[in-house]
Amino acid sequence: MRNWRCVFSMVVYFAFCFSIEAYKFQRTQQTERISGSAGDVLEDDPVGRLKVFVYELPSKYNKKILQKDPRCLTHMFAAEIYMHRFLLSSPVRTLNPEEADWFYTPVYTTCDLTPNGLPLPFKSPRMMRSAIQLISSNWPYWNRTEGADHFFIVPHDFGACFHYQEEKAIERGILTLLQRATLVQTFGQRNHFCLKDGSITIPPYAPPQKMQSHLIPPSTPRSIFVYFRGLFYDVGNDPEGGYYARGARASVWENFKNNPLFDISTEHPSTYYEDMQRAVFCLCPLGWAPWSPRLVEAVIFGCIPVIIADDIVLPFADAIPWEDIGVFVPEKDVPKLDTILTSIPIDEILRKQRLLGNPSMKQAMLFPQPVQPRDAFHQILNGLARKLPHDKSVYLKPGETILNWTAGPVGDLKPW
Amino acid sequence: MMLLSALQQQGRRGNSSRSASSQLDSAVDGGVKSQATIFWLLLHGFCCLVSLVLGFRFSRLLFLLIFSTPSPSSYTTTTATANLYSAFHNSFPSTTTTTTSTPEVNSATEEGSRVVVGRHGILIRPWPHPDPEEVLKSLRIIDRVQREQRLQYGVKSPRTVIAITPTYVRTFQTLHLTGIMHTLMNVPYNLIWIVVEVGGATNETASLISKSSLKIFHIGYNEKIPILWEDRHKLEVQMRLHALRFVKKKRLDGMVTFVDDSNMHSMELFDEIQSVKWVGAVSVGILALSGRSEGDLSVAQTENNGKNEKNSQMPVQGPSCNSSNHLVGWHTFNVLPRVERRAMYVGERGVVLPRKLEWAGFILNSRLLWKEAEDKPQWIKDLDEVGRDGEDVESPLSLLKGASLVEPLGNCGRKVMLWWLRVEARADSKFPARFVFHKLVTKNFCILVLYSAYG
Repeated sequence: MRNWRCVFSMVVYFAFCFSIEAYKFQRTQQTERISGSAGDVLEDDPVGRLKVFVYELPSKYNKKILQKDPRCLTHMFAAEIYMHRFLLSSPVRTLNPEEADWFYTPVYTTCDLTPNGLPLPFKSPRMMRSAIQLISSNWPYWNRTEGADHFFIVPHDFGACFHYQEEKAIERGILTLLQRATLVQTFGQRNHFCLKDGSITIPPYAPPQKMQSHLIPPSTPRSIFVYFRGLFYDVGNDPEGGYYARGARASVWENFKNNPLFDISTEHPSTYYEDMQRAVFCLCPLGWAPWSPRLVEAVIFGCIPVIIADDIVLPFADAIPWEDIGVFVPEKDVPKLDTILTSIPIDEILRKQRLLGNPSMKQAMLFPQPVQPRDAFHQILNGLARKLPHDKSVYLKPGETILNWTAGPVGDLKPW
Repeated sequence: MMLLSALQQQGRRGNSSRSASSQLDSAVDGGVKSQATIFWLLLHGFCCLVSLVLGFRFSRLLFLLIFSTPSPSSYTTTTATANLYSAFHNSFPSTTTTTTSTPEVNSATEEGSRVVVGRHGILIRPWPHPDPEEVLKSLRIIDRVQREQRLQYGVKSPRTVIAITPTYVRTFQTLHLTGIMHTLMNVPYNLIWIVVEVGGATNETASLISKSSLKIFHIGYNEKIPILWEDRHKLEVQMRLHALRFVKKKRLDGMVTFVDDSNMHSMELFDEIQSVKWVGAVSVGILALSGRSEGDLSVAQTENNGKNEKNSQMPVQGPSCNSSNHLVGWHTFNVLPRVERRAMYVGERGVVLPRKLEWAGFILNSRLLWKEAEDKPQWIKDLDEVGRDGEDVESPLSLLKGASLVEPLGNCGRKVMLWWLRVEARADSKFPARFVFHKLVTKNFCILVLYSAYG
């Protein structure tokens, strides 16, 4: 009698398991699960896995700057502001710094804008230096590790190199004081001076409401093969040609301006977002820096991104398998772009579209207001959580210093 | 060859007088003419000449590289030499000059990276024009992607479309029927085409429509085509009813659409049809022509015609809805007697006007016509009761006992997806029906043959 009951309960249990599996299979028939090199981590919840302490800096480092220029909330570097706001009200925040795993310094270095809206990075190193001096003198946690368990958000063109021109950025290199900290930045290029080992690459900020309001029904047939809108030659800054985008964008224009498959131009149409949803491939070539918001827009609108930037490191590269989702074209192969794109097997194209259709993929690229689960904020926290626990060697003995506080260009040492 | 063109372009750009003059200007603005400045001036001039000769930008920095000694590795100087390395590498894009760089430079610069700062060539392939093979491949890719989209987001279980076309052999038949044929060939759903022909199923029509790969039923209707437009409209109605009886007899399953051979259809119409449950109605735009401006026609229009008609003033027939998207009435076509040249018989010069409500604007579920079908609604009359003995059936609304159960399509009739037009050759036109090549023996025989083709 007992045996029968055992067997019956086992049968019911297995039936339950199989039905759950069947449900999962049915759900994933149209979209595939995304798992990067770190495993299936896009859906992880960081709450409970780490604790972040937010330093209280005087408002001249954050609020006052934002008040002076509210355009900082909508440009592509707005991630630093929204991350601060998210952390202030997030469950991972702790008010007790003794139990914190990570320390966050809210300083808005990319908010000094020209009348055109482009950020000037000239004062940013001094501002960062001044903030670090403040936290190292008011709290003991910086000196404990010289910043190894601190993280900073530097979304500017070349990250913590604080310059918009690549030559000058390489010359400056990463700010000396940030050499041991974790940098959360949009810039990513392998073997580059301005990408530190262990940085977390994030997508640039793209306004989620604006993109959601331009969605068209998904049954609208995709009839454009390749789509791109943007500059090919930057006549103002690069009159000779060949510097901007390392000549790759100009190459795209010269080779494919007559091609009916390539819908490329420098116009600014009002239907830009709608057109992206009607295209199969969207070009994301490099500009002055290798990253651009086009990648985020392409992912949100389901258009396969064609990334033309050698050695680029894409956002959340360990959580998202970008090789499976996008098409990578080396810059020297740009003249053969049409051959490359048409020779991709159709099954792969459909698979990429299925991966792009996965809602967690789209969520991971956005900074929505209010915060939603599995969005970019949580992916940043996941990335930070994956770096825990801190190695014992980062904790310095008292009195030991590694960083040289007087290194760097002389102009940086002036007070802010 | 690509690199050669890149080199040439670089050289051409480097030789621009703008850069040379700016260098000289900066040298002159230097001010005090000491020995050092004279030396640098001469060096500038020499480098410019060398650039002109060599064809690329021969930089002063090269001298620095050759003459300076590698300094002890401090952070700033290695970056300076890194810059020199990149500038040097930049001047010789075709060669990899790793042998000339110092070991410190190698460890400090991008090791293993192909990316360098500085100027690069713009690579253009020798024939930068589209390749037809690639275009064809990409069109196939787009087609497959769209099919996948339809599978995922489109109608889940698409219904067959049954298109009914009344036609007869005449001058413009090829023109109209080819247009309809191509429209129907592009419909992404299963299609059955019922072609009803007046005067029996002729070989000419059969040979024309067999060019498509559609499933066709070619039925004949034994009557003579009348001359007057009024009578022709009535005969067309009879032909459509004949086709509906055919559908009933064969128990064809699908959505019955009335595709008149001179109408124009948008592909979205066939997508909208899929959402009809029993009877649907679409808005039909009326294109009356023969060179008249729209001001000559007076049509009863209400303000519900929507944004797309405001500019064109095209009269529209179809369902009319109130603000809560319920069907409340019909836009019909009313002609004031003020219209001057209205064509009375086929081939006359003048404007051909439609009737109050055209059959083309209605879609029926074929199950309504069957003798017995499950959940067939009660408000449909049996097909045999309607149109007996040549009685004129104005529109499919006569098949229904109540007109309020019609489903309006296309955003409640605001979107026009179908355009009505009647264009026929003028009665005195000499355009032959079809080019027929016969072996012409005598002149008389030739005239005889021409007359037979003309008919």
